[in-house]
Amino acid sequence: MSADQEQQSIRCLVAKVGLDGHDRGAHVIARAFRDAGFEVISSGLHNAPDEIVQAAVQEDVNVLGISILSGAHNTLVPKVIDGLKEYDAFEDTLVLVGGVVPDDDKEKLKEMGVAEVFGPGTPMEETIEFVRENAPQR
Amino acid sequence: MSTDAEHAELVEELLAGKHRALARVITKIENRAPGYRDLVSELHRHTGGSEVVGITGSPGAGKSTLVDKMAEYYREEGETVGVIAVDPSSPFTGGAVLGDRIRMASNVGDMDVFFRSMSARGTLGGLSTATTDAVKALDAFGKDKILIETVGAGQNEIDIVKSADTVAVLVPPGSGDDVQMLKAGILEIGDVFVVNKADLDGADRTVQELQEMIHMQSDHTANLATGHHGADGFEGADATGDGEDEDDDGWQPQIVETVAKTGEGVEELVETLAEHRAYLEESGLLERKARMRYAEEIRNLLRDDVGSLIEAEIDRHGGMDELVEGVRTRETDPYSVADQIIEPIEDCVDDAGEK
Repeated sequence: MSADQEQQSIRCLVAKVGLDGHDRGAHVIARAFRDAGFEVISSGLHNAPDEIVQAAVQEDVNVLGISILSGAHNTLVPKVIDGLKEYDAFEDTLVLVGGVVPDDDKEKLKEMGVAEVFGPGTPMEETIEFVRENAPQR
Repeated sequence: MSTDAEHAELVEELLAGKHRALARVITKIENRAPGYRDLVSELHRHTGGSEVVGITGSPGAGKSTLVDKMAEYYREEGETVGVIAVDPSSPFTGGAVLGDRIRMASNVGDMDVFFRSMSARGTLGGLSTATTDAVKALDAFGKDKILIETVGAGQNEIDIVKSADTVAVLVPPGSGDDVQMLKAGILEIGDVFVVNKADLDGADRTVQELQEMIHMQSDHTANLATGHHGADGFEGADATGDGEDEDDDGWQPQIVETVAKTGEGVEELVETLAEHRAYLEESGLLERKARMRYAEEIRNLLRDDVGSLIEAEIDRHGGMDELVEGVRTRETDPYSVADQIIEPIEDCVDDAGEK
């Protein structure tokens, strides 16, 4: 292995935001991402939007996956996105949302800057493929 | 934007205290992005202001939780903190789950604790190759304290002594009997031993066994009159080692009991770390460590460089597959192949020597 051989790796933050304790999905995604060769940073439970922003900025992740099953996506996701903008981190972070999101809301989230919303039953390969294709370069 | 211009801007922003720039610089270092060496070169002159403490110990010993509490303590003292936490990567896919951040519960929302998770990216030894350079980035950014948390270490993950001034080794109660304490490796590198989870049964015994180990160690080194022990013993193995520490009173590794979950004992730990720091400064050991570290760093860089020269030579000889095939069919042998590949490089070195 030589000194200047580039070793890009896709870094993902898998985040649980708000008062939502259902992290099985987040764990499954984290494991699948790991097996896909990504570096996954796990946020743990019950994070405030600020905390997610702090983690995404400091870890310089290419991908931020927010898992929400509480229905509070319309409140929480915009706060995360505004926070990322504040630190100049929005432009080159792929923001994904996973969880139970009604179709009408999906469109709103996408307008806000969420790249894709993955609902229940999405095949893991689909999500991984989407990340591979769309993760911004570092 | 050209890479150079982009890097110049990044360095400027990092020095100005922009978090995003610091994060991006560390990414470039981790990825070995084109030009990252110039970036680190540029940062080097701004470094030297941070105290670097390494935290190591077995998986589940409580490293992350303790780091969290230490960071909180330093923040209350008004100091800024950088944390680098290394977790293992998969040997099969290269992927990793970096879970140390979850334990940073006391410092969420506080941007003056800069926490960065790193994957070991296949490196053994408890750190990633990028860790030392990432520490430089945090140092140049102006962090007062930098904590490096290693991969959950087994018995021989001792790279941390090459990156940290002070090493704390966590030994949870019930880590085995006194024979484990006789073994070489990680227990030799501790400047401070932390018996974490001190509220559990068996903590007293672990403390006692560590005490015995430390006493045996100091008797042993007294007989040899080297004055070395712990992390310094590691240097003793170096060519420049022994015999120059006559004025050195030596540092007895200290044992501190903590319960990281509640924060018990953290104050004592931080004070002990500060004592070790003072000892390093007064004894001149800090400077000697730094010298040794830079020598090691230069050697590593050169090894990498020579490595890539060799890769180029291998390609020139038709690639590794072809060379291997020759060895397999008994046309040649590994030693001859190695000689053949190194020859042009040797010639260059000889030429340079004659000039």
